[in-house]
Amino acid sequence: MTEQMDKETREAALQGMGCSRKRKEDARFIQGKGRYTDDIQMAGMLFADMVRSPYAHARIKSINKEKALALPGVHAVLTADDLKPLNLHWMPTLAGDVQAVLADEKVHFQYQEVAVVVADDRYIAADAVDLVEVEYEELPVLVDAHKAMDADAPVLREDLIGKMQGAHSERKHDNHIFNWQAGDKEATDRVFQNAEVVVSQDMYYHRVHPCPLETCGCVASFDKVNGHLTVYLTSQAPHVVRTVVSMLSGLPESKVRVISPDIGGGFGNKVGIYPGYVTAIVASIVLGVPVKWVEDRMENISTTAFARDYHMTGEIAADKDGIIKALRVNVLADHGAFDACADPSKFPAGLMHICTGSYDVPVAHLNVDGVYTNKAPGGVAYRCSFRVTEAVYVIERTMDVLAQKLGVDKAEIRRRNFIKSEQMPYKTCLGWEIDSGNYHMSLQKVLDAVDYDGLRREQEEKRAKGELMGIGLVTFTEIVGAGPSRNCDILGIGMFDSAEIRVHPTGSAIARMGTITQGQGHQTTYAQIIATELGLPSEEIQIEEGDTDTAPYGLGTYGSRSTPVAGAATAVAARKIKAKAQKIAAHLLEVSEDDLEWEVDRFKVKGNPGQEKTMKEIAWAAYNNVPEGMEPGLEAVDYYDPPNFTYPYGIYLCVVDIDKQTGETSVRRFYALDDCGTRINPMIIDGQIHGGLNEGFAVAMGQEMPYDEQGNLLGNTLMDYFVPTFVETPKWETDFTVTPSPHHPLGAKGVAESPHVGSIPTFTSAIVDAFAHLGVTHLNMPHTAPRLWKTMQELGVK
Amino acid sequence: MGKQAVSFKVNGKPVDVLVDPRELLVHTLREKLQLTGTHIGCESTHCGVCTVDINGQSIKSCTFLTVQADGAEVTTVEGLATADGLHIVQQAFVEEHGLQCGFCTPGMLVRAASFLKENPNPTEDEIRWGMSGNLCRCTGYQNIIKAVKTAARMMQEA
Repeated sequence: MTEQMDKETREAALQGMGCSRKRKEDARFIQGKGRYTDDIQMAGMLFADMVRSPYAHARIKSINKEKALALPGVHAVLTADDLKPLNLHWMPTLAGDVQAVLADEKVHFQYQEVAVVVADDRYIAADAVDLVEVEYEELPVLVDAHKAMDADAPVLREDLIGKMQGAHSERKHDNHIFNWQAGDKEATDRVFQNAEVVVSQDMYYHRVHPCPLETCGCVASFDKVNGHLTVYLTSQAPHVVRTVVSMLSGLPESKVRVISPDIGGGFGNKVGIYPGYVTAIVASIVLGVPVKWVEDRMENISTTAFARDYHMTGEIAADKDGIIKALRVNVLADHGAFDACADPSKFPAGLMHICTGSYDVPVAHLNVDGVYTNKAPGGVAYRCSFRVTEAVYVIERTMDVLAQKLGVDKAEIRRRNFIKSEQMPYKTCLGWEIDSGNYHMSLQKVLDAVDYDGLRREQEEKRAKGELMGIGLVTFTEIVGAGPSRNCDILGIGMFDSAEIRVHPTGSAIARMGTITQGQGHQTTYAQIIATELGLPSEEIQIEEGDTDTAPYGLGTYGSRSTPVAGAATAVAARKIKAKAQKIAAHLLEVSEDDLEWEVDRFKVKGNPGQEKTMKEIAWAAYNNVPEGMEPGLEAVDYYDPPNFTYPYGIYLCVVDIDKQTGETSVRRFYALDDCGTRINPMIIDGQIHGGLNEGFAVAMGQEMPYDEQGNLLGNTLMDYFVPTFVETPKWETDFTVTPSPHHPLGAKGVAESPHVGSIPTFTSAIVDAFAHLGVTHLNMPHTAPRLWKTMQELGVK
Repeated sequence: MGKQAVSFKVNGKPVDVLVDPRELLVHTLREKLQLTGTHIGCESTHCGVCTVDINGQSIKSCTFLTVQADGAEVTTVEGLATADGLHIVQQAFVEEHGLQCGFCTPGMLVRAASFLKENPNPTEDEIRWGMSGNLCRCTGYQNIIKAVKTAARMMQEA
């Protein structure tokens, strides 16, 4: 065997970065041995269930628990009045607001939590819920965000009357939450006044729900003897939950253990802290026995974590060649009854100010007003990094409108305005620094792959025959990996993340992270990073997450932050270990550290073949033969505060055919090119992209949470709420380019949310394109058959 | 409401349970028999994470009363593997990365195993229709379809 072959064999044996290693977590899932929250059973465990409001806005006149309490097997019925002495009837939200744990005198949205019943089993609990008698007095309902700040609008939040200083700004109206702006308004307005071309497009990004197949739930177990509280719960951020639980309960953080076991999908639904968790914890502390609360599907869609609900206007000022001179974005944000957004504290509209996209925009202004309505509280980032989906939607839609107005092809308008690769890193006019990207190259790759010109010719022919074919194109840039603690915190805690790696004497290792996987395959991929960094086989590296008693503090998994932040921490911690290993190797080989070079899994003495120590040999020595003055052991921890966000991007193209008789859309082709920088496991990346594209398809083509004028939610079961099956789901074609992040230790940028963020405007772009020759510039989602049929009737399409 | 004695076989083993007539099979499996591989996702027969096999038919156990299972042969995900090792559909799902969070996986596997008995050599379209009672939010289905195809091929080669 040649030396080169030997090296390659050893490298392949590590199953490190870049290989499509099979997933470590699969063995338990395929055998039904996953351990999800609802799988946890404890001796004496009781079940909690919620009494919920049938009304969107009403005063609670009375609550009668007697009949419920009389039912055998019922242990407690708790209302806001019971929580008041503990000061737990309200709780702080992550967005600086407060939310009623149980409705305090008033209900503010349909299905709001009014009382919690605790019983021997879930059947008795459900029976008891029906026996709790609540008398309501209905109040005028506000569901239209545009009317929220009218002079005669009903005031929703009586607890805030007179408090005109909100968490983020002054409030202009009792239903106003905040005003938030970015950019230079005056300079932007000036450019608009003198622009050769101005386009403006109103659009509504409708309210949707992440709807993971596992709903939210918890098992709280308070040990009265030693004062320890253990909570198993479906959380994407268990460490933050521990801090919040400690703050709310008064228990020291050291006596609160939060465990996120296996999680059946999160997609942003499992970032927040919900009344069900709080009441189960209170019930366990009061009753001294474990209490389980698991929401059903209707409760899930109706109450925990909606996303979007942004009424947006995108405006571009350009010259006659379509070169952008300024961008203006105005948003009316409907947050529902309580501002329960899960955003970094300083950003009430998340990272919406990435709305300049992949383009060289000289000046811009973003204005966001948040308002209360009688709808469920939120909103969370549904498979996206804090409103990036909304930002990408508004810029990409408005770019299409600009192209249409000028009669320039939508690929060409983007090419003319792209930030050039030589401008990277690029400071956007709204304050971000895009780290890297080569948009021109990636766009060309997609256009060539699909024969874009051929598609346009085909479209011409089809239009001549009266057929409806649309081509959607989106060239998006995300901002993920929150984030640098100078601008990102949650409840005052910087948004770092962490890794702790310990190499055992025989060279296997364990690593614990502050993140928590929900299907992303962390147990597989983090081990690959360590394998490459340390030259130890990934099969022998155990990854643990989600138990706050053992894992280092981290902010969790959402906003595509695991690889950009905890992945970086993993690499840095591994490098600390490697630096120590080098010292030990030098000591063992009796040479200077500088005489050593690293090769795959060992340190070699330069120019002296055969003089080498493998990492496994070094690990053994770390426990019995270290240089004088060095402490034994081989472990390191790193809390990584990223210097910048990462900016993955993608070029997505979609071809649709629309049936003129039924309005049904057939997605003929969806081509997704993603650039997430360095790729750790291509198999997992592809899987993440397929899944994200499908969630994007769901949002664009069918998902919505419609409310009627009384505030009734009209679609909260899987009968009404669209989750695509095998049959509707299109085929996905994936491709990639690699532009590593210059500031990330591995060059990786994060990937799993890009396909959701990028695909949604691509579908809209394709649908609108099918009608573009009829003068249509925009159609609001979801693009269901009945809605498109109606559009065709209005347009006179026959 | 008196309890009912119900006897059936789960994964080849006889079981006797005493249940309320209204008790759903998914709860009996999970909470009385500790077979927590069968999950609960919607409680309305839409999502399929509770799919089990009853007398050779794919059944959503979230809307199936335990008393209806009296005398039946029930197979759950825990019963797919045998002493000889993993079922071919289990192997194929790992091979083709047909799972992510794992929550739909047990129902998906039980359905796939049944489906391949009904149709040992399916086309992609037949897989899409034949599996359409099971939802997945993570995979976008593409790799599940690949896994079912791979399983069909492996079964023919075996």
